[in-house]
Amino acid sequence: MKLNDIVNKLPLKVNSYSDGLQKDVSGGYSSDLLSDVLANSREGNVWITLQTNLNIVAVASVKNLAGIIIVSSKKPPEETLKKAEEEKITIMTTSMPAFETAGRIYQLLQGKNV
Amino acid sequence: METLRTFKADLHIHTCLSPCADIGITPSTIVKRAIEKGIDIIAVTDHNSAENTAAAKKAAEGTGLTVLAGMEIASSEEAHILALFDDIEGIMRLQDIVYMNLMPGKNDEKRFGYQIVADENDVVLGFNKRLLIGAALLTAHSIVKIIHLFGGLAIASHIDRSFFSVISQFGFIPEDIKFDALEISFRLSREEAERKFREYNHIPWISASDSHRIDDIGARTSTFFIKEPTIAELSSAFKNIDGRKVEWG
Repeated sequence: MKLNDIVNKLPLKVNSYSDGLQKDVSGGYSSDLLSDVLANSREGNVWITLQTNLNIVAVASVKNLAGIIIVSSKKPPEETLKKAEEEKITIMTTSMPAFETAGRIYQLLQGKNV
Repeated sequence: METLRTFKADLHIHTCLSPCADIGITPSTIVKRAIEKGIDIIAVTDHNSAENTAAAKKAAEGTGLTVLAGMEIASSEEAHILALFDDIEGIMRLQDIVYMNLMPGKNDEKRFGYQIVADENDVVLGFNKRLLIGAALLTAHSIVKIIHLFGGLAIASHIDRSFFSVISQFGFIPEDIKFDALEISFRLSREEAERKFREYNHIPWISASDSHRIDDIGARTSTFFIKEPTIAELSSAFKNIDGRKVEWG
């Protein structure tokens, strides 16, 4: 499944690097601890978080994540989006909380309609 | 009554060892700038490492500037905690514990930044390869206990920030974590801090620059009324012993 397939089926807004929507999604990881994501996320995961600070871009870049979904209507600051464009990281935002976001993406990845 | 003097202090300064800091913020440059700014006490507080504290102390020898040996530790909850010591010995013992518990991994210099270990003359001694941007797998509670065990002061970093602060990670300041003081970042005025953090006014507050670039040094300072620039005196100021106190803003 491509990141684009998820964006098309869920209420997500793309905030940076829309070219990245063609990336394959290997799975998802939901966490707000950057060190936990560094340690435990897998390449190609879509990362669900409420963190918005600059460091999320570096973490996503190092771990080669498919993209970052910022939940609960949190707005990433301009510096984060600028860095995300530079590092070619797709950041999406949604009004859904993390629980619903993860649940729906999990179902999509299982081949179910949500 | 003992004679108390005022000491202007900037107790939260990163060096080029911190991955997120500018490479120009070297130990000797910090010392020079602090003196220019009329600062009496600084603390070198790099992320999860203290390898540039000795160089800053050496650079300050004979200048009248006091350099405290410090570190900014990221707990397993990703709350940042400042540890301050008089001497290198204390901070090195703490560094051993932090290194043993630091999440594994190598720094990615291109993404996170360089981690430069320098001497007092800005000669590059090497690059720290550890993942200093990560966190120590120790709870905030145990980190504060260890700092106290080794004779240091534990200060909750920038409690007003929406990430990497005790309040952002716990939702509040847990009462069983015995911080000696709380740091308000330069982003918040005294008045705003008093509005926002009234419930924590039983714990002393300081403010500091949290410098990551040389031009930030002294952007925020705290003034201590104490006898001499030592950890024991800072601690007495936090407890308002015999007229000692700390003020800022």
